[in-house]
Amino acid sequence: MTDTLTKLTAKDFTSNQEPKWCAGCGDHAVLQQLKSAMADLGLKTEEVVVVSGIGCSSRLPYYVATYGIHGIHGRALPVASGLKAARPELSVWVATGDGDALSIGGNHYIHTIRRNPDLNIILLNNEIYGLTKGQYSPTSKIGQRTVTSPNGVVDYPMNTIALTLGSGGTFVARVMDRDGKFMREIFKRASEHRGTSLVEIYQNCPIFNDGAFTPFTDRERKADTTIYLEHGKPLIFGKESDKGIKLDGFTPVVVDLNDPKVSRDDLWIHDENDFIKANMLSRFFDDPDAEGDYLPRPFGIFYVEDRFTYEDALTAQVEKAQENGEGTLEELLAGKSTWTIK
Amino acid sequence: MTDTTTTNKGVNVTPKTSVTVLFAGDSGDGMQLTGTQFANTVAVYGSDINTFPNFPSEIRAPAGTISGVSGFQMQFGSQSVYTPGAKFDVLIAMNAAALKANLNKLHHGGIIIADSDGFDGKNLRLSGYGEGNNPLEDGTVADYTVFSVPVVSLTRKALADTGLSVKNIDRCKNMFILGILYWLYSLPIDTTITTLQTKFKNKADIADANIKAVTAGYNFGDETEMFAQFGRFSVAPAGKQPGTYRRVTGNEAAAIGLAAAAKKAGLKLFLGSYPITPATEILQTLSNLKKWGVKTFQAEDEIAGVLSSIGASYGGAMAATSTSGPGLALKSEALGLAVIMEIPLVVVNVQRGGPSTGLPTKPEQSDLFISMYGRHGEAPMPIISAHSPVDCFYAAYEAAKLSVEHMTPVICLTDGYLAFSSEPMLIPSPAELSGIKPVFAKERAADDAPYLPYKRNEMGVRDWAVPGTKGLEHRIGGLEKANETGNVSHDPANHALMTKLRAEKVEKIADCIPLQTIDNGTEKGDLLVLGWGSTYGAIKIAVDRAIKAGHSVSHAHVRYLNPFPKNLGTMLGNYKKVLIPENNCGQLLMMIRDRYLIEPIAFNKVEGLPFNEMEIEAKITDIVKEL
Repeated sequence: MTDTLTKLTAKDFTSNQEPKWCAGCGDHAVLQQLKSAMADLGLKTEEVVVVSGIGCSSRLPYYVATYGIHGIHGRALPVASGLKAARPELSVWVATGDGDALSIGGNHYIHTIRRNPDLNIILLNNEIYGLTKGQYSPTSKIGQRTVTSPNGVVDYPMNTIALTLGSGGTFVARVMDRDGKFMREIFKRASEHRGTSLVEIYQNCPIFNDGAFTPFTDRERKADTTIYLEHGKPLIFGKESDKGIKLDGFTPVVVDLNDPKVSRDDLWIHDENDFIKANMLSRFFDDPDAEGDYLPRPFGIFYVEDRFTYEDALTAQVEKAQENGEGTLEELLAGKSTWTIK
Repeated sequence: MTDTTTTNKGVNVTPKTSVTVLFAGDSGDGMQLTGTQFANTVAVYGSDINTFPNFPSEIRAPAGTISGVSGFQMQFGSQSVYTPGAKFDVLIAMNAAALKANLNKLHHGGIIIADSDGFDGKNLRLSGYGEGNNPLEDGTVADYTVFSVPVVSLTRKALADTGLSVKNIDRCKNMFILGILYWLYSLPIDTTITTLQTKFKNKADIADANIKAVTAGYNFGDETEMFAQFGRFSVAPAGKQPGTYRRVTGNEAAAIGLAAAAKKAGLKLFLGSYPITPATEILQTLSNLKKWGVKTFQAEDEIAGVLSSIGASYGGAMAATSTSGPGLALKSEALGLAVIMEIPLVVVNVQRGGPSTGLPTKPEQSDLFISMYGRHGEAPMPIISAHSPVDCFYAAYEAAKLSVEHMTPVICLTDGYLAFSSEPMLIPSPAELSGIKPVFAKERAADDAPYLPYKRNEMGVRDWAVPGTKGLEHRIGGLEKANETGNVSHDPANHALMTKLRAEKVEKIADCIPLQTIDNGTEKGDLLVLGWGSTYGAIKIAVDRAIKAGHSVSHAHVRYLNPFPKNLGTMLGNYKKVLIPENNCGQLLMMIRDRYLIEPIAFNKVEGLPFNEMEIEAKITDIVKEL
């Protein structure tokens, strides 16, 4: 039984199938970090199932040397939910995209989130339909020109984090595809969380939506356009770490820490268990390229809640029903009320 | 103790071989409960029975109106009973609307037991007879035997000293009328008393009141001149096979069949489903079977229902989903996934009138085509149909067996008629149920050759490789698979091969299912009546009568609709004509014509109602006259 003692490496989680994503696609980095996180977590390949829907991101299961299901468009979550309910001891991961999870799979998404099965959802959001070659998605920006919006998108975009919190999410996080190490740590936290974990990844599509996240990745700008959430730490950002967020009543405002009238003690301290504040953070959704002031886009863990999982509650009911022993086939066939004919 | 065992002094008792009764009243009058009580009693007494509830689609339609009438129909007899009956011998009418809605189906000269208190001015107006036009008095029912009994008044009188409120007393009126019926059919009231004591074990006053009412009704029959003059009936025991019985509806039977199959196979049952009429009771029944390890998942929609089951099946559970037409349509894409993943899954589809929302509470057999052809791509699935409420148990059991042993999704077709009908089920012993052997792949060592998830056995069946098993890690899904390795493949020749292999796997099931048998009649002859599903009872009776009338008519009922039994084509060739009665526009007929190149005679009924035996008998008579 040496293999139970030997920790696996990312290589052990690499399947024999060559990834077929475009060069420069953010999916490559996500795959690498996922495999590393699985190795770091000490998971075994036979106890992991990666489930996906349809889209570029949903090809991911083929490249991980675990069990995997590449299902149908939008509907990885019910497959994963059924699997987890039947086999609670498995580590179940879901790879999905903005179109898959939020458009065609929107109904499954909100209901899975509220039921809180112990799944880890990796939602690769590239704000475009890639596999069908460049149509706008539910997270595309207003005015974005695509092959199906030649005059610009008129659909108001979905806010994944706000939707997830609104649906009763118990682990809600966002990362950038380029933040490899950070992503890996978030994946590990997501896996350790008992309940549905949502990790939204801003993922660049170099072919159909290149630069969608440049305002948050550009070397010159990112310190001012993004903020990294750390539990128990004040909300501070900026190139010189000289900007902070404080609450003015119910309104978050950016303050200049160089201003002598501003005290660090007044800053918003991030509490990942504070549901109300997590909701406010989810609304930090401004476009830095739009006119006027904007709040920085948060990355990291917005919210964590310890709540019972669907499969635990279901299993508990089954165990309760069986506290005096499991029913036999004879009892099942006989039912409650019988009569005998001689 | 009550004196129900003493036979009425000198009253004439007429034996009957079969009786059809309809209990009809307002949806709040407890007609389902009353009917169920009567059914349980006659069953325990040894009669064969078949029951069918007829309730409004609205939960609480306006009281006193025709649309608010709820009915419970049953046929019981001293010989085998195959249907709840076409026309009634007895109509229990708790109010004017109940009479108006059902009088046309009462046999000429049949018995009406009417609660005359339900024929007051208001009830007459709401029923549409019109105030002042009491059908019990104006000659409307002159052709029938009418017992007009002021049931509400008599119940109040009988229960006056119970201290219960008038409202609670009035709720016992159904028991009073049940007591009369027990008297009329020479049946004991003990079964009902026992049931009432159990049902209201924490409400002794309610139990006592109900028992008083049923006893008072019985005694009313015993003591009243009009009943004494008319006499009583008796129905001898049916001489059913000795054994222990339970009464099941088709939906209950299907649910138990799935759970039993899982137990027999050593698997856990998982049902992912979404409530839909008339299939919901399958989900309800299974949600109560946690003691047997059954897990039910009430999904957000039909699609999630089937997909959760696909996930559970991948995980090694015996997985099923229950639905009706509109839900089956929504599940089509997912069923294609199950076909290409080649994993076990049972879909119990309880057919109802369509298309679209159609007739949700009414039966039809119009989902055969969607079951057979309703998926994109080449996606064959085995189809099994149930022909009676009890057979829903065996059909679901067998669907699960085929599904697990052949690694394929299977559709089990029942319908709203079977789903809600009930009949006695001889409880099988576990040993009598055929064994179910899942084809699990075994753990592999690191130095073994790579696992091939799509390698097949001689039946064309791949292994079930369940997560958690070392060395079987594999990725499968909706994209076309390379033969054996299961890797994604767009190779043209491979797609052609895999399409063929999937089809052959389903075709080979014909080697494992029983040959088609003749249910009744000779193996060669003038006319074969070929049915499937819930038309069984009506065809059975009609063919029986035709044979007795000297005609050369046989009956075969097809259970396996895909693949067909291997001998079906030969069998059809043994008759001059083949008649196919169906509650659709000829779906089995087209499949038969397509497969065997014969031209059967169609007989179709799409009224949201099952066939009755008279219709089929008349059709048979017409055909044999021409031969």
